[in-house]
Amino acid sequence: MTSTTPHSSKSGNRTITGILALIPLLASLAVLVWGFFFLRDIQLAKDSNIPQVVTVLMAIVWGVGGVILLFTTANFFIEQLSDAWVRRLQPVLFVGPAILMLVWALVLPTIRTLVLSFYDEGSANFVWFENFKFVFTNDAMLTVFRNNLMWMIFGTIFTVSTGLLIAVLADRSKFESFAKALIFMPMAISFVGAGVIWNFVYAVKPVDAPQIGLLNSIVVFFGGQPQAWTAFFQPWNNFFLIVIVIWLQTGYAMVLFSAAIKGVPSEILEAARVDGATELQLFFRIMIPQIMGTIITVSTTIIIFTLKIFDVVIVMTGGQYGTSVIATEFYRQYFTYNNNGVGSAIAIILLIAVTPVMAYNLRQFAQREVF
Amino acid sequence: MKNKKMLNSLLINGVLAVICLCWTVPTIGLLISSFRDRIDINRTGWWTIFPHKDWVSVEKVKPGPEVDRNQPMTFEGITATFEEFSQGIETKDLRLKWVGNRRVGYLDIQRYGWTAASNFSLENYKQVLAGDDYTATLADGTTVTERGDNMNRAFLNSLAVAIPATVIPISLAAFAAYGFAWMKFPARKMLFALVVALLVVPLQIALVPILRDYVRLDLNGTFLAVWLAHTGFGLPLATYLLFNYMSELPRDILEAAFVDGASHFTIFTKLILPLSVPALASFAIFQFLWVWNDYLVALIFIGASPTNQLLTQRLAEIVGSRGQDWHLLTAGAFITMLLPLAVFFGLQRFFVRGLLAGSVKG
Repeated sequence: MTSTTPHSSKSGNRTITGILALIPLLASLAVLVWGFFFLRDIQLAKDSNIPQVVTVLMAIVWGVGGVILLFTTANFFIEQLSDAWVRRLQPVLFVGPAILMLVWALVLPTIRTLVLSFYDEGSANFVWFENFKFVFTNDAMLTVFRNNLMWMIFGTIFTVSTGLLIAVLADRSKFESFAKALIFMPMAISFVGAGVIWNFVYAVKPVDAPQIGLLNSIVVFFGGQPQAWTAFFQPWNNFFLIVIVIWLQTGYAMVLFSAAIKGVPSEILEAARVDGATELQLFFRIMIPQIMGTIITVSTTIIIFTLKIFDVVIVMTGGQYGTSVIATEFYRQYFTYNNNGVGSAIAIILLIAVTPVMAYNLRQFAQREVF
Repeated sequence: MKNKKMLNSLLINGVLAVICLCWTVPTIGLLISSFRDRIDINRTGWWTIFPHKDWVSVEKVKPGPEVDRNQPMTFEGITATFEEFSQGIETKDLRLKWVGNRRVGYLDIQRYGWTAASNFSLENYKQVLAGDDYTATLADGTTVTERGDNMNRAFLNSLAVAIPATVIPISLAAFAAYGFAWMKFPARKMLFALVVALLVVPLQIALVPILRDYVRLDLNGTFLAVWLAHTGFGLPLATYLLFNYMSELPRDILEAAFVDGASHFTIFTKLILPLSVPALASFAIFQFLWVWNDYLVALIFIGASPTNQLLTQRLAEIVGSRGQDWHLLTAGAFITMLLPLAVFFGLQRFFVRGLLAGSVKG
């Protein structure tokens, strides 16, 4: 262990060593700031001839090395000070950077967005609740809310029930881990990638040509007409988008349910079996109540997830054909129509929609004994 | 009794197998298609690579000038006029069709039988990866020159964004989690409540204010912008997960280290970090997949800059501009999935543990 124990040095020396110890900290700050501008400028420069691999490596060294350097030198400085100051400053060093980052990236923006939502589209005039009034009365916006509601209800119900079904089945199968890995795999795929996968499943060709999309070729095989499932099939086209998210998220639900099922005491199940309960009774009367906590957690997560759904819709339909949702409408208002007021109002509505979950999490936290 | 058990297990495994099949077939179809010839993809379904019965062209007959095209002609024992051949004649296992005009056309003889499409190559991958013009050779020998999609570069860009955007939030969060778990300071509980509250905040609310800061700092379009944003958005979950893990480490190890005169910094780096590797790994996988697969943050902070675009952006761009070019879409999609799938199957255990620990994130 290094000789950073402050008690040994005398108070006169301490001031001098304290000042000297500032030097590495200031130097590393300077290096970080220089790196910041350097990285910014080589990326913005049009005629940069630095190979991309070098930029990437430098970026990694700056980002990762910078954090380590800053913490090490700052700590070196702090440990030169008196015990009282160490106790005061060390928590600031440990917790401070993260809190600063959170305040800049999430807390302040929330306040700034709230302010913007009361101004007009150019953020020049204060318009009170006009933006919110527009959002809740505009016909297109009402379709948006209807779609999000569909996403939340059907997305959650199907994800939770399929996840539970698979977890129960896999629990009794010899191929449990293999089956679970297959169901779980889509979680590693991006929404854009999943969009392409399902666009291909839904692909449609003219009636007289052979179908290359799996769904249409099945439909045609059974004598049906090929359809453009995600476009002119309203409002059912939303379901074909929701299927994608069910496909992506069932793995998550399954993993949590699987762990919960294994946690149900086997004595209870055995006792019920001895008493002559059927497997179905076992499932609905014992299993479900035992894992209710997990069901609520999974449902909440998926509800929040579907509330914020964006990538799938933007990739599949671009929000056209009556499939627009809150997050795509937010994007459109801000970046297509440049309407800061309505865009901000939509973001605030998203925030308000998650506050019950936030309140629940905070209440759970308040009951914890760690603090 | 034994029979019933067998039947039960058969039923369970059967239903499970059907579900698993439904879950994997879309991805398998994509993978297979990405290796198929660009014209084949658009003409026949990917399942035609499996043996199936279909019309197969066995011979192309080009009759000499001595055959009078204006009189009925006889091929394969079938006599018909040019017009009839032009329409196509079909018997149970034979199909004759005249292709082209009367004078220079030919007769295509097809038989009904077992076949499987087997024209595979890496051409599609080469084209989406290529940065400059790419010359593709088609199945019939002709060539087309098209612009490559530069996914090569986008792949490197995605790495450049994803690695720092994973490591920076983890380092910040690890320090903070230690501070919350093992240090006493004023407002500790309140600050941690802030972290918990921010867990579910939708990131849409932060995009535009951050974008304005970036415009002021001239950061738009750089990787730096994306790292900082991802760091901010990933911190709540990272801090929360790591705090949960660190606060449950046995108290006496730390107290013993304190008695020996170790400082917080030494305890953190020498003792707590090595002990927290499982939790760090879980979150690292989470964050890496999340950043790699992210589209929205990249779309807003990197935007249209062609040299800095990430994989998801390139892919979304092909979807938007050339949504029917399935040979590019399938190969492109698979390139974006390559690394996440490798990480996922290699480190699935850590990933699952992270899911179970952090099920509060929205």
